[in-house]
Amino acid sequence: MTTPGPAPAAPGAPLLTVTDLHSYLATDQGVVRAVDGVSLTVHEAEILGIVGESGCGKTVTCRTIMGLMPASTLHSSGEVIYHPHGERSILSAKQAEWEALRGSQLAMIFQDPMTALNPVRTIGDQLLEAVTAHAKLSRAEAQEKAVSLLERVGIPAPVRRMRDYPFQFSGGMLQRALIAIALASSPRLLLADEPTTSLDVIIQDQILSLLLELQQDTGMSMILVSHDLAVITEVCDRIVVMYAGQIVEQGVTADIITEPKHPYTQALLDALPQAGQHGELRSIRGSPPSLIDVPSGCRFAPRCRYVVDECRSWDTELLDTGEREHAARCWRHQEIGRSEEAWQGSDSA
Amino acid sequence: MSTTWATSPSELLLKAATKAAGRRRSVTRRRLTLIVGLVMLGVAILAVTFAPLLTSYSPTAIDPLHPLAPPLTPGHFLGTDQYGRDVWSRILYGGRIDLAIAFGATSVTLVGGTFIGLIAGYIGGKVESVLMGLVDLFFAFPFVVLVIAIIAMLGPSIFNMFVAIWITSWVSYARIMRAQTVVAKKQQYVLAARALGYGRLRVMFRHILPNTASAVIIFSMVDAVGNIILAASLGFLGLGAQPPSPEWGAMISDGQAYMLSAWWLAAIPGLAVVFVGVSFSLIGDGLADLLRAGER
Repeated sequence: MTTPGPAPAAPGAPLLTVTDLHSYLATDQGVVRAVDGVSLTVHEAEILGIVGESGCGKTVTCRTIMGLMPASTLHSSGEVIYHPHGERSILSAKQAEWEALRGSQLAMIFQDPMTALNPVRTIGDQLLEAVTAHAKLSRAEAQEKAVSLLERVGIPAPVRRMRDYPFQFSGGMLQRALIAIALASSPRLLLADEPTTSLDVIIQDQILSLLLELQQDTGMSMILVSHDLAVITEVCDRIVVMYAGQIVEQGVTADIITEPKHPYTQALLDALPQAGQHGELRSIRGSPPSLIDVPSGCRFAPRCRYVVDECRSWDTELLDTGEREHAARCWRHQEIGRSEEAWQGSDSA
Repeated sequence: MSTTWATSPSELLLKAATKAAGRRRSVTRRRLTLIVGLVMLGVAILAVTFAPLLTSYSPTAIDPLHPLAPPLTPGHFLGTDQYGRDVWSRILYGGRIDLAIAFGATSVTLVGGTFIGLIAGYIGGKVESVLMGLVDLFFAFPFVVLVIAIIAMLGPSIFNMFVAIWITSWVSYARIMRAQTVVAKKQQYVLAARALGYGRLRVMFRHILPNTASAVIIFSMVDAVGNIILAASLGFLGLGAQPPSPEWGAMISDGQAYMLSAWWLAAIPGLAVVFVGVSFSLIGDGLADLLRAGER
C-alpha cells in the first residue's frame, strides 16, 4: 500500500501484471469485444512491445491499465496489479487513488501530439502544471525543472520555447514536449501508445532513440504500442502480438523475429519490406474480423494460409512453445515453426 | 466576371495576394465593430458615472411652472416631463439602474450557469440528468412570465428584479456550457490531462474551461441586451423600479400617456435603451469574430 520513492530497480522483477483482462464496448452495432482475455507482465526496466493491426485492442488495453476506459465501456474485468502499489488490482481503485497513481507512477503518451496538448495554453504553462502536480516545489524550482526537462528531451532554446503555444511547435517537437510532460513526475512505467505513428520517418527514429535513451537513464519500464513491427523490434526487449482482442504470440524479441510460431506473426514479418527485394510488397489477405460477432475457433483462421478444418472448432488458448516464455495461440505451432514448404495450400499472394 | 483561368504563376500570386489583403481588411472591420461597441458603452458608463457633472438638475426635482417643455428648450437640453423634471438628468441617473442590471444580473448568471453546465457536462450521469432536467423545466416556462411570477411573489423592487433574473436566466448558460463541455471532454488533451493524474476540478477549470468559455462570453453580451430590455419591460409594467425612480422602462411607461402631445417623453428613454443595446450587440459580434478568428 506504500508508495515507494525511486526504489532500486531490480531488473527482472515484475512491475505490472495484467491477468485475463476483458473490456467490452457498447456501440450502435452491438457489443465490441475490444479486449478479450489479455494477460501480460511488464518487468522492471523492461520495454515491452505490443504490436498488431489497427482495431485489435492495443489502445483499449493501455487505457484500461491507466484506468481511462472509454465512456462506452460496458464491461471490464480482470486484474491489473501494479506491484509497488500492493497486490490488489488497481482496476477497482477509487478516484483519489487513481489520481495519485497516474502521472507519478504510471504515465502515458499519445498517438497524435497535435491534439494531446491544450491548444489555448502555453507549453511552459502546461509543463509547469505537470511538474508541480505531484511534488511541492517553489516557483523557481519548478521553472528550473521544467527547463531541464525540455533540454533533456532535446528542445532547443527551452526558456523561449516555453512561452510558445502548441500550434507554434512542429509535430516532432510537440511529441518531445509531451514526453517531457509525461516524465515530469518520474513515473516508473510509461505507456507509449503509437508515439511515432503521426510523425515522418526521420522524426520517428529520433523520438524512438530519445525514448530508449530516457528509459536507460531512468531505469523506468515502458510499454510501447505500435502497428509497425519494425519500430517494435528496434527497441523492445519482449514483444506481445495482438490480434482481434487477444494475444496471439508473445516472447523475447529475438525469438519472435527469428522463430515466429504463429502464422499471423509470420505474415506480419513477411509483410516487412526487405532491402534489395523487388516486386510487389507482400500483404496479409483479408481484414481483421469484426469484434462484434466473433467467430468460434481460431480468430485468425479466415486469413491464415495454413488453415485446416480443425482450426475453426479449436478452443483457442495460448500454448507454451517450450523456450524462454515463448507462447503462441496456434495448436499447430510446432509444425509451423519448422518449415514453410511442409505446408499444403499455402498461397503466394 | 469572365471565366478565364489564371494561367501564369504571376497571375496566381497576384490573386493570392489580393485575397490575403481582403482577408486582412475584414479582420480590421471586425475589430472596428468591437471598438465602436466598446466606445459606445464606454460613453454610456462615463455619462452615468459622472452624471452630477453633466447636469445641474436632480432627476426627481419637480418644477410645476415648466412642465412638458420640448427638447432644446434653453436650460432643458432634452425637455421636461409632465412634472417639469429634467429629462436629460433622468436619463443619466436612470442609466445607473439599467447598466447595473446589465452587468449585475448578467455577470452572476454567466458565472453560475457556466459552472453548472461545466459540472453537468463533465461529470455526466445522474448529476447531468438532474441539472439538465432542471434546465429543461425552466425552459418550458415562458421566460418573462416566470420572471413576473417570481417578482409577484417577492414584491416589486429593483433588488427583487435582480433575484428573479438570477433565478431564471442561468439556464441558457448552463445549456450552452454543457454542450461545449461534452464535446471538449472527448478531446485528447483532456484524456492526456487525466493520464497525468490531474483531479476533476483541475481538468474542468484549467483544461476545459479555457477552451469553451468563448461561447458563453459572447452569449452574455446578447443576454445583457436582453436583461436591459427585460428591466425596461418590467419597469414599464410597474414591476421593476418604482416611481419616482428614473428607470428607463418606467420613464417610457410614464411617457406613453403623453405620446401625442409630448412624444419625447417615451422616445428619448427608448433611444437610450437602443443605444446601450446596440453597444452590447456590437461588442458581442466583435468578440465572436475575434475569438473565432483566434481558433483558426
